[in-house]
Amino acid sequence: MAMTKNNPQSILEEVKQFVDEDIRPFAADFETQQALPRELIQKMGRKGYLAASFPEEFGGLGLDPLEYGSLVEEFGKGALSTAMLLTVSTGLVGETLIRWGTDYQQEKYVLPIARGEKIGAFALTEPGVGSGAKDVESAYVKVGDNYRITGRKKWISFGEIADFFIVIAAEQSSKAVSAFLVDRKLEGVNISKMKGLLSCAASQLADIELTGVEVGPEMMVGKEGMGFAGIANFALDYGRFNVAWMGVGLAQEALDVMVTYARKRSQSGQKIFHHQLIKGIIGDTVTNIMAARSLCKEAARMRIENHPDAAIQTTAAKYFSSTVANKAAADAIQVLGANGCSSRFPVERLFREAKVLEIIEGTSQLQQQMIALYGANKYYQPKRIKEI
Amino acid sequence: MSMHEQIRNFIQDNLVVFDDEVEFSNEDNIFELGFVNSLFAMKLVTYIESEFNTTIESDEMDINNFNTIDNIVNFISSKTVYQ
Repeated sequence: MAMTKNNPQSILEEVKQFVDEDIRPFAADFETQQALPRELIQKMGRKGYLAASFPEEFGGLGLDPLEYGSLVEEFGKGALSTAMLLTVSTGLVGETLIRWGTDYQQEKYVLPIARGEKIGAFALTEPGVGSGAKDVESAYVKVGDNYRITGRKKWISFGEIADFFIVIAAEQSSKAVSAFLVDRKLEGVNISKMKGLLSCAASQLADIELTGVEVGPEMMVGKEGMGFAGIANFALDYGRFNVAWMGVGLAQEALDVMVTYARKRSQSGQKIFHHQLIKGIIGDTVTNIMAARSLCKEAARMRIENHPDAAIQTTAAKYFSSTVANKAAADAIQVLGANGCSSRFPVERLFREAKVLEIIEGTSQLQQQMIALYGANKYYQPKRIKEI
Repeated sequence: MSMHEQIRNFIQDNLVVFDDEVEFSNEDNIFELGFVNSLFAMKLVTYIESEFNTTIESDEMDINNFNTIDNIVNFISSKTVYQ
């Protein structure tokens, strides 16, 4: 039975314990098995974590963005793929349907996510269309009242086990981009697991082939033509918020290992923490994590206020915290030396996982472009700065 | 400040081409002209909701409500009058 939101702090304390007992000790096993255990996902569902940010009327814990972000951070510390599950099924899919879905769609898909009965995945990326997602090549045509979708989606996190997908496709003649709910059991849906990944194999990425898949009009999410500007952008914003907090979590985990190792490991007759250059690394990592967490908290506060700049703040938080996560993981390996390169220590996995954060939900370079455009408008001062 | 001016200022603060290089009328389709990007639609939704104390429903999330200054103003007016 899911908890109700009478005490967010106690929920977060329980999450920490859950991560300590049920996730962190098995993080490397999840990657070896290339899957999260189904029992673990069910347990996360029973505890309400897969609906942590949903309002209580949708069976959620009703955590606000600040509380939810802290929860994602904890999962990000334990095993990135568990936080990825929240990002995809809870954020990209669940939150999008709560905001833009119909009553029918919310009852059929959101409530089962909240109960841990169904997993949703977001099918936007294609073999030839990554960051330029508005140019999707998957196509749909109207056939009577229904829509027939054909195309191929790739790199779909949890696609291997998802019960349904939000699929983004374009109408062939008008190029209108729309969003559809597609059940995995529909005729014409073919799913194949992706293998040979750098990391996050437990996120069970899949290649989704859609061959003349027919869905009814009740399965369109939002209005026709708003699939990218509305649905995908809203979903990606949610995704970036999650990824930003995942980066903080991963960096914090790397710091915890780095500090503990530096205080225990002796070289040349003293603990390596006492070497000034090691202190320099740790000091910078602590500072970077403080800064990343501050950006995330500010993004959360702006989301609570429904501030128009919440999305760009989220973008900056995602960009910075994923950069910090990579630096922290690489520095943790440096502090651990040869041990850091061994899978006996978690930083080797963190190092590989951190890279993913700079790519998913828009690469760091895409975030930089968005932030630069924002800055070009906000900080343009032609009246004050004339001598150029 | 009129609602038209308010919306124009908001759009000008979010152009992807810069305001000393472009001009647009109240009837110009800012999306088709490429003056704003797709992210702007989401930001505009948040802006309208917070600034005009309203909620945009799923069936109102139509590009025709947001593609010109006139259409945005008409949409907000219809929402706030209705409320």
